[in-house]
Amino acid sequence: MSPALLGVEEEGQSNVSLAASSTSIDCISRNGCGLKERNYLGLSDCSSVDSSAVPSLSEENKNNLNLKATELRLGLPGSQSPEREADVSLLSTGKLDEKPLFPMLPLKDGICSSLQKHVISGNKRGFSDTMDGFSEVKGSLYSEKNWLFHSAGTESDSPQSVGQGTFPGSSGMNAMQLSRPSGAQSHMMKEVPQKVLQDRCHGANGTNLNQAGTSNNSSSAPAAKAQVVGWPPIKSFRKNTLASSSKNNDEVDGKPSSGALFVKVSMDGAPYLRKVDLRTYSTYQELSCALEKMFSCFTIGQCGSHGVPGKEKLSESKLRDLLNGSEYVLTYEDKDRDWMLVGDVPWEMFIDTCKRLKIMKSSDAIGLAPRVMEKFKIKA
Amino acid sequence: MVSLCSFISYYWEEEKRMNYFPDEVLEHVFDFVTSSRDRNALSQVCKSWYRIESSSRQKVFIGNCYAISPERVIERFPALKSIALKGKPHFADFNLVPHEWGGFVYPWIEAFARNRVGLEELRLKRMVVSDDSLELLSRSFANFKSLVLVSCEGFTTDGLAAIAANCRCLRELDLQENEVEDHRGHWLSCFHDSHTSLVSLNFACLKGDINLGVLERLVARSPNLRSLRLNRAVPFDTLQKILMQSPNLVDLGVGSYVHDPDSETYDKLVTAIEKCKSVRSLSGFLDVAPHCLPAFHSICPNLTSLNLSYAPGIQGGELTKLIRHCRKLQRLWILDCIGDKGLEVVASTCKDLQELRVFPSDPYIGHAAVTEEGLVAISSGCPKLHSILYFCQQMTNAALITVAKNCPNFIRFRLCILDPTKPDAVTQQPLDEGFGAIVHSCRGLRRLSLTGLLTDQVFLYIGMYAEQLEMLSIAFAGDSDKGMQYVLNGCKRLRKLEIRDSPFGNGALLMDVGKYEAMRSLWMSSCEVTLGGCKTLAKKMPRLNVEIMNENEQTDFIFDDAQKVDKMYLYRTLAGQRKDAPDFVWTL
Repeated sequence: MSPALLGVEEEGQSNVSLAASSTSIDCISRNGCGLKERNYLGLSDCSSVDSSAVPSLSEENKNNLNLKATELRLGLPGSQSPEREADVSLLSTGKLDEKPLFPMLPLKDGICSSLQKHVISGNKRGFSDTMDGFSEVKGSLYSEKNWLFHSAGTESDSPQSVGQGTFPGSSGMNAMQLSRPSGAQSHMMKEVPQKVLQDRCHGANGTNLNQAGTSNNSSSAPAAKAQVVGWPPIKSFRKNTLASSSKNNDEVDGKPSSGALFVKVSMDGAPYLRKVDLRTYSTYQELSCALEKMFSCFTIGQCGSHGVPGKEKLSESKLRDLLNGSEYVLTYEDKDRDWMLVGDVPWEMFIDTCKRLKIMKSSDAIGLAPRVMEKFKIKA
Repeated sequence: MVSLCSFISYYWEEEKRMNYFPDEVLEHVFDFVTSSRDRNALSQVCKSWYRIESSSRQKVFIGNCYAISPERVIERFPALKSIALKGKPHFADFNLVPHEWGGFVYPWIEAFARNRVGLEELRLKRMVVSDDSLELLSRSFANFKSLVLVSCEGFTTDGLAAIAANCRCLRELDLQENEVEDHRGHWLSCFHDSHTSLVSLNFACLKGDINLGVLERLVARSPNLRSLRLNRAVPFDTLQKILMQSPNLVDLGVGSYVHDPDSETYDKLVTAIEKCKSVRSLSGFLDVAPHCLPAFHSICPNLTSLNLSYAPGIQGGELTKLIRHCRKLQRLWILDCIGDKGLEVVASTCKDLQELRVFPSDPYIGHAAVTEEGLVAISSGCPKLHSILYFCQQMTNAALITVAKNCPNFIRFRLCILDPTKPDAVTQQPLDEGFGAIVHSCRGLRRLSLTGLLTDQVFLYIGMYAEQLEMLSIAFAGDSDKGMQYVLNGCKRLRKLEIRDSPFGNGALLMDVGKYEAMRSLWMSSCEVTLGGCKTLAKKMPRLNVEIMNENEQTDFIFDDAQKVDKMYLYRTLAGQRKDAPDFVWTL
């Protein structure tokens, strides 16, 4: 589980654990129009709120659309269950803790109706009568529900502290919400879906899952997409086996499928080695820059006690100077266990054959190639 | 068969008339009825049929090991020889069930042993199997022939050693996707030199080394061997030797397949493979050098089943080349690196395809390499398709509607978009209409897993049209209680319902409490049901076990009825509250 999810759990709210596995999903879950938002954070508040609702369940039979019990809200512990008036506006009262986060005004226009239309037109089955009934149900449902405020809560460092009544969610979202006067709500409803999608995309850190179609932020680091428990629904046996399979294939076949290609990087004189993922670079230059950054600290130490105290900029250029001045060369060990000079072969071929890297003192590397200095130029 | 029963019982109104047929005749007739369901139906016709059927039934299927006690099973079926048991709920596969929840097989084996049941076959799924259980099993049943363990855990290779050593009649040892602690290699040597009855051996899920010489000798003395699935530790030269010994293999699971195509061993392998004219099922390739795959092209035309879902090393051109040879394929399990284009190749080549599973090759990244296009291609090329499990990047209503039209014969339809609430990729609408088309068109649908952005609407469709639906999996879907209510109300044949992260609460849970006795089980996690709702249900329905799982050890949890319940699992049972539940499971 991601640290953020764990953080949510540790918050101590009794049913946050319920949220833990689902919060990040819920953040982005409801982006259909007029769909109910489920915010699992702050459930203990809801529970005290709902305690009045449970006994009244019996009234809320199928025909009664006042589905209090199924509605989630943020709220302070001990806050009273508010009347579920459709026109309660969170923004107008400014109280985040008692009211539905973003209650939708009965939207006969805008998104809601477009959905209704869709529902009816999409129906080829000739039970449009039922559909109409259902759509009405939906309509009034929507009047109470709020789907916009997904809580991208997992991405915030501290899960929403209930006492503050702050919004969970990306700050971008917050800003957007708070700035809108209530009167503009129905208008906002129309716009927001797109915006929300985008905000969500951009605001997301790794704990959000794939974004909805519109703006796809595929640049969010794959590794940071910390998984919701049990998602995707693949047997853990399969997940584990595939993980080790890929690793073996990399080693065995020399032809890795996808994923990272980590190789060890050692440097003469450094106390420990590093690892780099060769797949994250596409040229020798990128690789050498990254290595410079990585090993600058060692070089500074080496440069001597009189060396400049670790100012990064200086250390990088110092390393560069060192390397340019050919105190070090970059070499690699290939499949046949020979040590080769980096830079001779095309990049693709290089990453196919490179098993490990070594930053050698050029004094040691003299045997490798005579023109060591020209071969290995690191540009700024 | 059910209709036969009704026919007979209609004509034979009085029980007295049954006596015109001696029991042996009825028994003989019943011998031809093999499926558990049919035999269950037989037993309900009348008392004497019940008696005869129960006393003659040899094969029993228990879908939930906690639904009935072993003693009761033994009492009812004295002729029991073969039993299948399932333990943990399905969502345990995805780590949603806490680790020590239960599902122990030991009490069953112990009861069988104590009552001297003539057990010959044991098939377990999602159960905890200890080495002690295996040891006891191996010592208690002289005629024990077949052990099949699927997705089980709790045992080591020491337990397997006991089975190998003591089950002298063992014909089948089939280990599928189990978590086995591997103590390295000696278990295989425990098969006696005189053990020549092996028909099926599958140890592909073991991670440790195997004594290759022992394996070769075992294969050499097993003339009846028809199914052999090797693990990663078995290299290709051993494979070549084994295949030379067993040209009659029907089912082959290749272990490690890495070698040099120019070597002499490779040529020998090609020769050996060509001799294996009976191979119909191929799997494995856990480590693979794909450019060596052409060695298998000679058996591809005979294959009806191909499982490359553990072979991420096979991709691209090599993969499609292989598939193009498999014209008779009926079942294909593959990774999504095949891509939509690869699926088009499948669609044009495998006209007999009935079952397809496409797994994500990189589940951690969350990016699947197939989309709705691949699914549509398959549906239009493979009209016999009846089972699908498809992990994809995106889906559209239009695609699902097309698929529904092309393939009205779906029995199992399981879709999973890696982003669980993703709407229609083109229209951004919920996928209600698409799934609605599926349930409307596929009248025989028995199993369905939903995915993507879904509202209550899809459940309305399911309730209305999915008349044969027996198992439904819901995740991150729906808007309100109505969704679940539509399903409970409409799907008369529903047996298993599993729901996670959906807004269904007490209103839905308590709508029709009697329904749960007609179902095997209900799982709800991260939904809206509260402790109070569960308590109400448990009180009304004493023959259900309503289990609440709460791993946070809050002692005050049990007193606050308004608390939402993290995980609830309820199932019908004749065995009462189970005694082996761990601390974090409360049975209400």
